[in-house]
Amino acid sequence: MSAAQVLAQYASAGTESCFHGRHIKPQIYADLNGSNWRLADYEARGGYAALRKILDADNGMTPDEVITEVKESALRGRGGAGFPTGMKWSFMPRKFQGQKYVVCNSDEGEPGTCKDRDILMFNPHSVIEGMIIGAYGMGVSVGYNYIHGEIWIAYERFEEALQEARAAGYLGRNILGSGFDFELHAHPGFGAYICGEETALLESLEGKNGWPRYKPPFPANVGLYGKPTTVNNTETFAAVPWIIRNGARAFLETGIPNNGGTKIFSVTGDVALPGNYEVPLGTPFPELLELAGGVRHGHQLKAVIPGGSSAPVLPASIMMDLSMDFDDLAKAGSMMGSGAVIVMDETRCMVKSLMRLSYFYMHESCGQCTPCREGTGWLWRMVQRIEDGAGRPEDMAILDEVAGNILGRTICALGDAAAMPVQGMIRHFRAEFEHHIKHKACLVPEYL
Amino acid sequence: MVELEIDGKKVQTTKGTMLIEAARQAGIYIPHFCYHHKLTIAANCRMCLVDIEGQRKIMPACAMPVADGMVVHTNNEKAIKAQKVVMEFLLINHPLDCPICDQGGECQLQDLAVGYGWSGTRYIEEKRAVSAKEAGPLISMLEMTRCIHCTRCVRFGEEVGGIREYGMVARGEFEEIQTYLSTSVDSELSGNMIDICPVGALTSKPFRFAARTWELARRKSISPHDATGANMEMQVKNNKVLRVVALENEPVNECWLADRDRFSYEALNSDERLTQPMLKQGGAWQEVDWQTALEYVANGLAGIREQHGAGAIGALVSPHSTLEELFLMRQLIHGLGSQNIDYRLRNSQFVAHEGIRWLGSSIAALAELDSVLVIGGNLRKDHPLFAARIRRAVRDGGAQVAALTSQPMLDGPKAWAMPLAAFSVAEPGDWTRMLAEVAAAVAAEKGIAAPVDAPPSDASRALAQVILGGKRKAVLLGNAAVQHPAAESLLALAGWIAEYTSATVGNLTEAANTVGAQLVAAVPGTEGLNARQMLDGGLKAALLLHCEPGADTRGVPLTGCDMVVTLSPFKANLDISDVLLPVSPFSETSGTYINAEARVQSFHAVVGPLGATRPAWKVLRVLGDLMQIGAPAYQSSEEVRLDALGGADAEFVAQDRLDNRSDAAIDVSGQSVTLNPVGIYQLDGIVRRAPSLQLTTDGKAGAAW
Repeated sequence: MSAAQVLAQYASAGTESCFHGRHIKPQIYADLNGSNWRLADYEARGGYAALRKILDADNGMTPDEVITEVKESALRGRGGAGFPTGMKWSFMPRKFQGQKYVVCNSDEGEPGTCKDRDILMFNPHSVIEGMIIGAYGMGVSVGYNYIHGEIWIAYERFEEALQEARAAGYLGRNILGSGFDFELHAHPGFGAYICGEETALLESLEGKNGWPRYKPPFPANVGLYGKPTTVNNTETFAAVPWIIRNGARAFLETGIPNNGGTKIFSVTGDVALPGNYEVPLGTPFPELLELAGGVRHGHQLKAVIPGGSSAPVLPASIMMDLSMDFDDLAKAGSMMGSGAVIVMDETRCMVKSLMRLSYFYMHESCGQCTPCREGTGWLWRMVQRIEDGAGRPEDMAILDEVAGNILGRTICALGDAAAMPVQGMIRHFRAEFEHHIKHKACLVPEYL
Repeated sequence: MVELEIDGKKVQTTKGTMLIEAARQAGIYIPHFCYHHKLTIAANCRMCLVDIEGQRKIMPACAMPVADGMVVHTNNEKAIKAQKVVMEFLLINHPLDCPICDQGGECQLQDLAVGYGWSGTRYIEEKRAVSAKEAGPLISMLEMTRCIHCTRCVRFGEEVGGIREYGMVARGEFEEIQTYLSTSVDSELSGNMIDICPVGALTSKPFRFAARTWELARRKSISPHDATGANMEMQVKNNKVLRVVALENEPVNECWLADRDRFSYEALNSDERLTQPMLKQGGAWQEVDWQTALEYVANGLAGIREQHGAGAIGALVSPHSTLEELFLMRQLIHGLGSQNIDYRLRNSQFVAHEGIRWLGSSIAALAELDSVLVIGGNLRKDHPLFAARIRRAVRDGGAQVAALTSQPMLDGPKAWAMPLAAFSVAEPGDWTRMLAEVAAAVAAEKGIAAPVDAPPSDASRALAQVILGGKRKAVLLGNAAVQHPAAESLLALAGWIAEYTSATVGNLTEAANTVGAQLVAAVPGTEGLNARQMLDGGLKAALLLHCEPGADTRGVPLTGCDMVVTLSPFKANLDISDVLLPVSPFSETSGTYINAEARVQSFHAVVGPLGATRPAWKVLRVLGDLMQIGAPAYQSSEEVRLDALGGADAEFVAQDRLDNRSDAAIDVSGQSVTLNPVGIYQLDGIVRRAPSLQLTTDGKAGAAW
């Protein structure tokens, strides 16, 4: 499928993708129209100015200054955990003799998330430039971008952008005459969700089973091929050129304290205008909902999963008082995650929703460690039994406990990701589950 | 040193130790499945979760390095809860078929379920079923539903066996242990995966349903096959060996066994066992009693001595015989006035040497080597556990291995299941010249005169580079180098190379008692005939101790004898023998083997003699009496051993008796050589009669691996 066909597909599905005027102070999606992704367009938007700035022979920045700048911007990882990026970069052993790597995690597989896809498709050079800057800061000469297998078109687009960057001398030996070398390779995954876990990604990149590694050691010490490696999300890298260009302060001032910059939210579900929305962190949720056209068909908002499928669900009553930033969502018992906002209106059955989520985690568990391998299937089977009208009163307690038993006892966070939605659903929508068990029927009529 | 506290106990241990090991050292058991002290850490079973103060999350003890001042609770409420939770997860999809499971009674999961499980379940969903797999004649994979996905077998293959034959395919709860592309498991160490499987997923095919574990008596023994002297636990029921597993002995076999050691017991119960003395009369075999048989032998030997002289009598003895047997046979032959005895059944060159040829170092030291040059033979198949040690040296220490040998003993760079830094696969006739080239390359590097003028080729230079590098190094001669017509030249060259590269020179040694045979001098005296001369018509009367001309002599038949007496546990040599004396295999007699590192290991009989079988040491002692050779009237094998060892028991043969030097002149003229190398499952009479081993890929290939 060509890029044009993909766009046509979005349009026919009523999906706004990222080409609309309803971003607020956009940094990454600014001025995109779907066809201006090439190097010349990017340069016309001010692209690669940041790279030129740091590599400038007279007034350039030292690697330390680059990391300090990113630290001061308070940029936090956009992949889900929200770890401060500058600090992560400073963990890379400076004096290490031998190959080090920087890896971009574009294995965007979280249900509800589609922000990185649009960055790779329509602004790929922002990622490339961000990675070069990061590599310069950390003294790395080789990078990989691991791209999710189910968005092959984005992988092809990124390869094309890499060709352009290489031809223009932004990649390769002696970049812009600065003496700094950096080569960047794209690598397509095969669509496994688990390969978005950074150590599973590294295993996959090495050609092995996508099995997460036990940590410690962390990738900063023992990463790709056993060498020091930094893994960042696509959006994180894409945010970096803006920071260098406009300064840490400007970035910090977009957003709220401790939550600098803009964040892309993939708003999906029961909204009138689903799509990617780039807004400053700290934007109140009602405002974001408004941008996305509000709840569709004039229905009432019932619940929101604010950070991708692994984030605990929050009922409308709580959600409407929250602002979209790391801290506020965490305080409410959910999380920012990857920024996938799944909006559910009053017609949604929570049991069925959870059944689908649990199936996903059962299906995507790598099977390496016991609680996740055995627990995710157990959760799914119980929820499905309840949905099928075969639930027993004691199942509620077992469901809650099995989820709790997985939590915190696995090698990677997938176990937690499978457990948290279950606990969130039970916490806020217990009545709906109990209704299913008692009456063998859904509380929500199929059509309102 | 690091000091920490585990369950209130102060523990001191070295930095880098994992918590689970530190606890074990302090006598605290932490439940686990995937952890194995000889394998890398997977941390996937999650059974060893423990509570560490100051850590928010509960941590797996197997993957947690100790730290100073760490305070660990392995059995407080939080830890016990976590361990019970994991046990519940492990059991929900594990079948409840313990009553019909071969692992029942010796199952780690079953044992721990007693402590951490409960008798009910709250899992009412459908249970998982995994299809049966086929992996060859040794490992049964019919009940893979029992697998708990610990990946010990996968890691063993990769890390110890050197080839990854098992892998985990698919994902999540659908993942399964499988051989890649459903091939058979062909590793010569495969049986160890049965031992380390914590559940009944991988079980022993030959043992399948033969007995319950608690019915089996467990008795120690020593492997009679290769020169490792692997320690074995023989499991016995109703006077029959039903299974063999590894007995951990760190400096010898660690906790591993080669399949040869593990599965050869099948031959001990085979129909081919000889259970009654037999005489051939008028071309037909007749069972007789011992008295008749021994008198027949004594009369026959006396007659031949009278007619042809004592020099017409000789003994071909297998180096798989015990020290006691070899000692008494020598005593008998010398008592008869002959000097014809030889254990070197497969050799082509026979040179008397003062020192006992041996490994040149301890077995454990093989894993510490930096560089190794192997000359001749098939390191992997001839010496599976030595190869495993060297493999670890490569894997953990980055050791460089070089090899000079022939097809089919080295069939490509991966054939030894370890990376080879350099190798030359040459015609055996070229070995001496090529080794001389290696020596010349070493000489050129050191600026000294080469022992022989042989301009080195690039390949030889590459071999030399390997042995020139590193600190701890060894030049090792394989079985085929010892059997080579120019064996002494090869050894002399190896010695020269070792001397000028500061390496040890070692003889990997072929059999369980090759070193023992040298110690009791089971070799011809100055007037005596060597094995080849005896085979080639030098004798009128031959005593064959565990020896089968042909299979044990690389195809050379025994010719020219008027009387042949076979002492064997099996109906062997039927065509050439006149008398068959049923003597005990290693499992039915006490005895001693001395392994390649000169370690003296004695063992007891694990079962009683089958039928009229008698231990060979007793038979030889009685025969000596009948022949009035005037030997001491030994009452026990211990008395024989004491004499064989020179009067005092010792753990090792005295160092001054060991010497791998050869004074032979180096001859590199090199004629065409046909080696007929011996296949892994052709080594001795027991292995050749073990049906399951013969069904393996290696077994079917015979000598060609």
